[in-house]
Amino acid sequence: MSNVRVLVGTRKGAFILTSDEKREKWNVSGPHFAGWEMYHLKGSPADPNRLYASQSSGWFGQTIQRSDDGGQTWEPVGNEFIYDGVPGTHQWYDGTQHPWEFKRVWYLEPSPTDPNTVYAGVEDAALFRSSDGGQTWQEFSGLRNVKGHLWQPGAGGMCLHTILLDPNNPNRIFVAISAAGAFRTDDGGETWQPATNGLVSGFELPDPTAEVGHCVHNIAMHPSRPNVLFMQKHWDIMRSDNAGESWHKVSGNLPSDFGFPIAVHAHEPETIYVVPIKSDSEHYPPEGKLRVYRSRTGGNEWEALTNGLPQSHCYVNVLRSAMAVDTLESCGIYFGTTGGQVYVSPDSGDHWQPIVRDLPSVMSVEVQVLP
Amino acid sequence: MIRVVLPQHLRTLARVSGKVELEVAAPVTQRSILDALEAKYPMLRGTIRDHVTRQRRPFLRFFACGEDWSHESPDAPLPDAVATGAQPFLVVGALAGG
Repeated sequence: MSNVRVLVGTRKGAFILTSDEKREKWNVSGPHFAGWEMYHLKGSPADPNRLYASQSSGWFGQTIQRSDDGGQTWEPVGNEFIYDGVPGTHQWYDGTQHPWEFKRVWYLEPSPTDPNTVYAGVEDAALFRSSDGGQTWQEFSGLRNVKGHLWQPGAGGMCLHTILLDPNNPNRIFVAISAAGAFRTDDGGETWQPATNGLVSGFELPDPTAEVGHCVHNIAMHPSRPNVLFMQKHWDIMRSDNAGESWHKVSGNLPSDFGFPIAVHAHEPETIYVVPIKSDSEHYPPEGKLRVYRSRTGGNEWEALTNGLPQSHCYVNVLRSAMAVDTLESCGIYFGTTGGQVYVSPDSGDHWQPIVRDLPSVMSVEVQVLP
Repeated sequence: MIRVVLPQHLRTLARVSGKVELEVAAPVTQRSILDALEAKYPMLRGTIRDHVTRQRRPFLRFFACGEDWSHESPDAPLPDAVATGAQPFLVVGALAGG
């Protein structure tokens, strides 16, 4: 029988939730790194017991932690994120240029083949990689050459929060940056191009179809079809069928197409999930009803999934990295809320139950299936 | 022997309890103490001083003998009481309010 391990990052520590494949009874371990902001934890597909964690603090800065035993013990590794060359400047709130300054690591993406290789998305926006298990980090500075001087931090910071590695092409990587957009490299990270054709940001940008400046919240792909991408933009659910060359809107009948995470079913590449949020100024579900929406048609036609989720007086948010799917035969969907709940549906979203209810505000959720 | 008091989160990170003791050659300054601290506990690099600028992180303070040394030169000699180990050098997390 397989087991599942859910890695939860919160504002005040990390938690590890484990269960068997029924996903009914759960063991809760934590808080690990109590009191620290745990932006993201993720396991290596090549070695599930190799975990990486981003540990951050307004007082003490950034630390990267690594585990080789599935999170039972941890070792701090390298935390030196030095921008390549002269960091340069980006647009600041007052219209002046402002130097790039490292603040924190938002996202860690381990290599699918090498446990010692891991990518890090950071604020101020940049992509780093370590090839020695997190001891040292090197930047892909070509990314910031894509009109980086025009990037401007949004309210949440100028963060690189999404990294998608093409499973069929090791030279192709997609990244997304808040208030800057989506980008793609086809040469292993040396050069990059914007992947924003078709995005329209009429309320956020003076030129609604500008190459950079779109506030992309999250992008997801199914590993069997890496040219098909699904995006939760600030507003709008978008889809690309050509690896980000162009996008079209698939918001369809959603009650709101503002939100943060987007996920793809593990076995059905046309089944996708979002959590609609009322608006950019009211970060909670419409009508106080926590509803995950599922489309089995790759967008446009959406159904509300509510069984087991609070349908009144619910005013939590679900952040961009706080939804994940497992790869068990009956696909499990997981998400965490800013109210500290972590929910699981062991049947593709039809029925939900809370695993835990009262954690600190959840920032990230990842899941591993263990033999 | 120099004695250094770290805030709780850095003690946890460095896996120490109580005060940290360091051998530091004269003259004993904030810089020489922090250099010795980071050499003995490499996981603390970047958590007290910025990796690049070596400046104190904004929400940390350095206290010695009842005085705030945070804005003094990192190369200014610290009081003899710190240099002899009679008094500790304190790394303190700034108040967060609320």
